Amino acid sequence: MADATYQGVSEAGEPVGPEVRGWRDSKALKRFRRNPLAIVGFLVVLLFVLTAVFAPVITDVGRNCLRDLGLSAATQSDYKNPTKAVFWRTMFAPPESCFTIPRVGFSNVPRDAETSETLLGTTSGGYDIFYGLIWGTRTAFKIGLIVVGISLVVGLVIGSLSGYIGGVFDNVLMRFTDIVISLPSLVVAMVVVMVLGNSIANIMFAIAVVAWPSYARLMRGEVLRVKEEDYVTSARALGRRSLGVIFRHVLPNAIGPLIIVASLDIGSIVLTAAALSFLGLGADVGYADWGQMISFARDWILGPPGQPLAYWYVSFWPGLIIVMFVLGWNLLGDAFRDVLDPKSA
Amino acid sequence: MLVFIARRLLLLPVVFIGVTLAIVLLMQLLTPYQRAAAFVQSEQQIRQIDSIIEQYGLTDPWYQQYYRWMNQVLQGNMGFSRTTNEPVLTTLRNRFPATLELAILAIIPVIGIGIWLGTAAALNRDKLVDQVTRVMSIVGWSLPTFVLGIWLLVIFYGGLGWFQPGRISTQFLVEIAGRSGFQHYTRMLSLDALLNGRFDIFVDAIKHLILPVVTLAVVQSAQIMRVMRSSLLDALSRDYVRTARSKGLPERVVSHKHARRNALIPVVTLAGFTLVGLINGVVITETIFNFPGLGQWAAASAINLDYAAVMGFALFTALMVVLANLLVDVLYGVIDPRIRYE
Repeated sequence: MADATYQGVSEAGEPVGPEVRGWRDSKALKRFRRNPLAIVGFLVVLLFVLTAVFAPVITDVGRNCLRDLGLSAATQSDYKNPTKAVFWRTMFAPPESCFTIPRVGFSNVPRDAETSETLLGTTSGGYDIFYGLIWGTRTAFKIGLIVVGISLVVGLVIGSLSGYIGGVFDNVLMRFTDIVISLPSLVVAMVVVMVLGNSIANIMFAIAVVAWPSYARLMRGEVLRVKEEDYVTSARALGRRSLGVIFRHVLPNAIGPLIIVASLDIGSIVLTAAALSFLGLGADVGYADWGQMISFARDWILGPPGQPLAYWYVSFWPGLIIVMFVLGWNLLGDAFRDVLDPKSA
Repeated sequence: MLVFIARRLLLLPVVFIGVTLAIVLLMQLLTPYQRAAAFVQSEQQIRQIDSIIEQYGLTDPWYQQYYRWMNQVLQGNMGFSRTTNEPVLTTLRNRFPATLELAILAIIPVIGIGIWLGTAAALNRDKLVDQVTRVMSIVGWSLPTFVLGIWLLVIFYGGLGWFQPGRISTQFLVEIAGRSGFQHYTRMLSLDALLNGRFDIFVDAIKHLILPVVTLAVVQSAQIMRVMRSSLLDALSRDYVRTARSKGLPERVVSHKHARRNALIPVVTLAGFTLVGLINGVVITETIFNFPGLGQWAAASAINLDYAAVMGFALFTALMVVLANLLVDVLYGVIDPRIRYE
């Protein structure tokens, strides 16, 4: 059947365009489906996506968030009701105050699930661990998607210009990306955040600074490959201008692999962001953010005398969530690399 | 080979200028007061900050400032670190041996275990060894340094009480710092302890190093293991391996001499990244374990807005990266006879 679809006719005998030539029974997808680890990775990532989307349904938001949503005591559960407009607002455009972890008491010692009457316990300062982790999933995806977006655009522009124009321009740009790639990303990001000030936005900018060069390099390679294709040569022969050729012909054909590679980087991007915030270069205290959640644990390694592991939950849950997230992306990325690598057939 | 090394070392100034330029341009985002800290050499000078701004012309255009700053750096004046309360260069000199000790001890298991397990997995493809190794590597690869470090500390310090954070126990700290005749030959404590014939200090130093070393090594060795496995599998399917086998060579010679040597090339590439990854890891690991090395200093300085310190650390890091890349290139030549540096 693969042959028939390849010639532009589907199984039902209808003609199909080149972009839909039977992707559902493509070899790559079949191989992906047969790989159990890939399925696990996919499910884990999916679970995190659902957690992020349904965060307001899973958790009870704090008072400031309710106020900013315009909810009073009488209407305070409206944000969990899909028939109300406020439900959709909380789901897709919640006010920033919803990311602030509600405090259950103000004890400066962590309290376990039972004493604090929360699901996973509270950190010092009474921050609800469960809330921080669930809304932290949103923060994680926000960081991942925005950083990937920014660095993709920058990498795309620089890579395609570099590959298309070539010559000295190309050489200088590529040596520059070489240097940026070879520097330790965490240290560079640390310097950038320090200079710009601690915030999630600056963390995103700092990671984009270290992330774009690898996309630029990849894009350049793709452009060099596509540049030699006949349709590009003919477009140029027809007298199209360089920029027009890049946008009309080169970009659409080169962008595919780049988007896959970039989206698989979300795991490591979130990890770098969490590391920065772990070091104390992240958002203000109390913002739902994984790196900060686990940095709380640094002060509670030792329990009170006689109960050495009394505060285990402060380090265990945030750690577990971060490990699961990274594991999911790693499994997914691994499977994709296998599938896309023609040698491993 | 020597010519090649010399030529690569010539690249050093280029990277140096690139990194310093980037730092200075970034620093233009700061106020002159904040920038002045990079020129302060002692606590007294902090009180005369206005005259320093004028003296060093910190309100001048950036290229003039860059020129002057480079002059200072080349003369060995990298400013004063508020975090450690001493000149940046002194801190670099004092703390580097601790970090080096940690890094050396970490790189041995990373390379050793990574290559050994990767080889074992590839030679026993799809058998139990392979399956276990693969699960181990994917889990290890997914354990972020800061999570693993905290967990190890909770279990082995909080729970079991076997190890402590820090570099050495307090009782020895006083003795080493005092005039007890303890000689600092290398400033790497475990080595110095052996050279001084103090076995008790050696054991104590090693005990403090175990957790940070494990933390650093797990992620990196998992990566080497993965690459070693897949590249050895690739090499084993090549024609020259079949030729070697058909010549009647023993399997061990074929796999360990013919295949493994070729399989090592991608591993060496990765090892270069590993060195850079270690610098990232050191910042986090030293912070978690309160280990007084460069990484802990850098992280603390970044939070304290100690610009001079962070600039000094960034410069030092850039230098390390260039040297690491040089080392990798030289290793290529040793492993792969097709590569000749002329």
